[in-house]
Amino acid sequence: MSENTVPLTIVEHAVRATPEAVARRVRGLSDRAIAWLFISPTILLLLAINIFPLAWTIRLSFTNFRANRPNAKILGLGIANYVSVLTDPDVWAAMQSTAHFLFWTILLQTLIGFSLAWLVDRRFRGHGFWTTVILVPMMLSPAVVGNFWTFLYQPQIGLWNYAVQFLTGVPAASFSMIGSVKLAPWAIVVVDTWMWTPYVMLICLAGLRSIPGYIYEAAEVDRASRWRQFWTITLPMALPFIMLAVLFRGIENFKMFDMVNLLTNGGPGSTTEVASITLKREAFEKWRTGYSSAFAIILFVTVFGLANIYVKALNRVKSR
Amino acid sequence: MRKFLFAGVATAMTLLALAPEAKAQTKQLTLCWAAWDPANALVELSKDFTAKSGIAMKFEFVPWTSFADRFLNELNSKGKLCDVLIGDSQWIGGSAENGHYVKLNEFFDKNGIKMSDFMPATVTGYSEWPKNTPNYYALPAMGDAVGWTYRKDWFAKPELRKEFKQKHGRELAPPKTLAELKEIAQFFQGRVIDGKTVYGAYIYTERGSEGITMGVTNALYGYGFAYDNPKKPYQMQGVVNSPDAVKGLEFYKSLYDCCTAPGMTNAYMQEGLDAFKSGQVAMQMNWFAFFPGLYKDPNVGGEKIGFFANPAGPKGRYTQLGGQGMSVVAYSEHRDDALNYLKWFAQPDVQKRWWALGGYSCHKAVLNDPSFPKSAPFAQDFLTSMGMVKDFWAEPSYAQLLLSMQKRVHDYVVAGKGTAKEALDALVIDWEKVFKEDGKI
Repeated sequence: MSENTVPLTIVEHAVRATPEAVARRVRGLSDRAIAWLFISPTILLLLAINIFPLAWTIRLSFTNFRANRPNAKILGLGIANYVSVLTDPDVWAAMQSTAHFLFWTILLQTLIGFSLAWLVDRRFRGHGFWTTVILVPMMLSPAVVGNFWTFLYQPQIGLWNYAVQFLTGVPAASFSMIGSVKLAPWAIVVVDTWMWTPYVMLICLAGLRSIPGYIYEAAEVDRASRWRQFWTITLPMALPFIMLAVLFRGIENFKMFDMVNLLTNGGPGSTTEVASITLKREAFEKWRTGYSSAFAIILFVTVFGLANIYVKALNRVKSR
Repeated sequence: MRKFLFAGVATAMTLLALAPEAKAQTKQLTLCWAAWDPANALVELSKDFTAKSGIAMKFEFVPWTSFADRFLNELNSKGKLCDVLIGDSQWIGGSAENGHYVKLNEFFDKNGIKMSDFMPATVTGYSEWPKNTPNYYALPAMGDAVGWTYRKDWFAKPELRKEFKQKHGRELAPPKTLAELKEIAQFFQGRVIDGKTVYGAYIYTERGSEGITMGVTNALYGYGFAYDNPKKPYQMQGVVNSPDAVKGLEFYKSLYDCCTAPGMTNAYMQEGLDAFKSGQVAMQMNWFAFFPGLYKDPNVGGEKIGFFANPAGPKGRYTQLGGQGMSVVAYSEHRDDALNYLKWFAQPDVQKRWWALGGYSCHKAVLNDPSFPKSAPFAQDFLTSMGMVKDFWAEPSYAQLLLSMQKRVHDYVVAGKGTAKEALDALVIDWEKVFKEDGKI
């Protein structure tokens, strides 16, 4: 290299490598146009895999289309599919199962997650190691979790039953978590809570760590008790983060499928048949494509509507 | 120079990524089936076809849990993956009506393949659509039915035989009736044998696909259950939920409640094999397809295992048909070669080898051979079973009909919801709705 040669940056390399014809075209474009050029592949992808399927699903929801009868005549049914979904007792039973699952998982994950975050925030010795250990369940695949919890719940060989026997004296083989109508809904709540509490913990921990220390110092100067500090400083300031965690977990659990399907298949009977399992059965086992499209749109509108209301409330809390 | 080199490499990589797969120079057929032991036997058998025809065989095997999803999706999307498909017997109606399978009548006639050479129940069950009409969409490939295995060594224990005889006044032997089956199951339930607590029976209770239906029908049929009025097709009220059918369903629930291992609330084929091989149960309900493997098992096979066909109920002796037919997929680009595979498979000597390797032939040349009953310990029971099989609906809407029965039966038998009559009444309503939508009623 001569003394006069200056190494080129990557941008300068790219400029020099650009063919003249292309360079002339680009020079004529505005900044806005160039920005659109860069994001247009992403927009096209979004249109192809999100917007188009949504529009197509809406269209199919008004027809009698069945994917396993491609040669059959497609008839318009108006809103008949929607009426059918909303008046189907099996659908309402599935929504009830989903609501039970949603309520208890969110409640338990929020309480336990926040408590763990609060403990970890004390920065006790070894808190880094224990934080990593707590995060392990979250890193597993839901399919794997569903599978091995099936073994953990086995009355004869499962650790869960033996743990219950050890702690309560109830014989291990006398109850079946996933085989009992009363216990199966709780079985799936336990597994989901075990798996996703660390996620809530992380979000709450971020919230707790964002609270400036001087606020607590000022409170101590004012002789506020620990409980007072928690109630008037910690909780209000961490609340937006807690609400965000609730929103994410709510959306995820509303569409829960893989873990529940592997654990119970929706059984015993239809006790744990959540909405997404019913939807899958209607769409890909019964092949009632039009009907299941209507069901999917109803679920989408429900989640979208509830999430919108919730986000407005979240924004109000954040602005306080 | 570097600019050109970079552009050249980039172009070459782009072309490679976009280029279609190089087509194989040799001819090749893809056969699709479920991943289980008989499929491995077919791979071995097919080497003969490759040697004779020069056509290489490729196999696409999918576990049973995903079998229906995978291949029904393939057919519905007119996929070209499979040239030959060994599909479930229930798919025949939908596949025939929707044009997924090639109609084989002309091919059979041209090549001298006669359906009268195959067991009638297998022709009706695996090949015909509509049923009982000479319209063939599959060659009977894998005969199967639900049968039972039992621990012959436990049944032979003198102290148990003595106790059983005192209690029931007859020998401890494979049951001839469903009532006897339950008595034997109760006898073994909770008993300690060789230091281990054992249970009476393993029966199907699987919720997700078809398990509990394939199990409960073995009780229902014996109690007189029918799918519809034989004189008036699709008339189900008073037939599906007849008092006899209610008793049959109640029997299956009572067997589940009294005599199964804890935790068997969602169990099908593999769970049964595990339960039997681990020495948990005295008797196991399962498909004949698994019996060769069980007989060879080092722990429970050989002299320790016995077999019996499904026992009789008060209204007759029947068992649930399983098995599959071999079809040519209409979207295949190698139709002629696929048809030649069927022609080869239909030959009597190939069928004999099929049985010898572990497949269940449906050909009379194999099943009617005088040596067949003694060719395997379960062979006679298989013959008996194939003479008394009944099958579930094979309508195009079979999946909806099956899922309804799965739900109603599982709700009652496993979840304990409602009564048997309520379950069957609800099932009739479900099935009537399906057939109304299909325009059949």
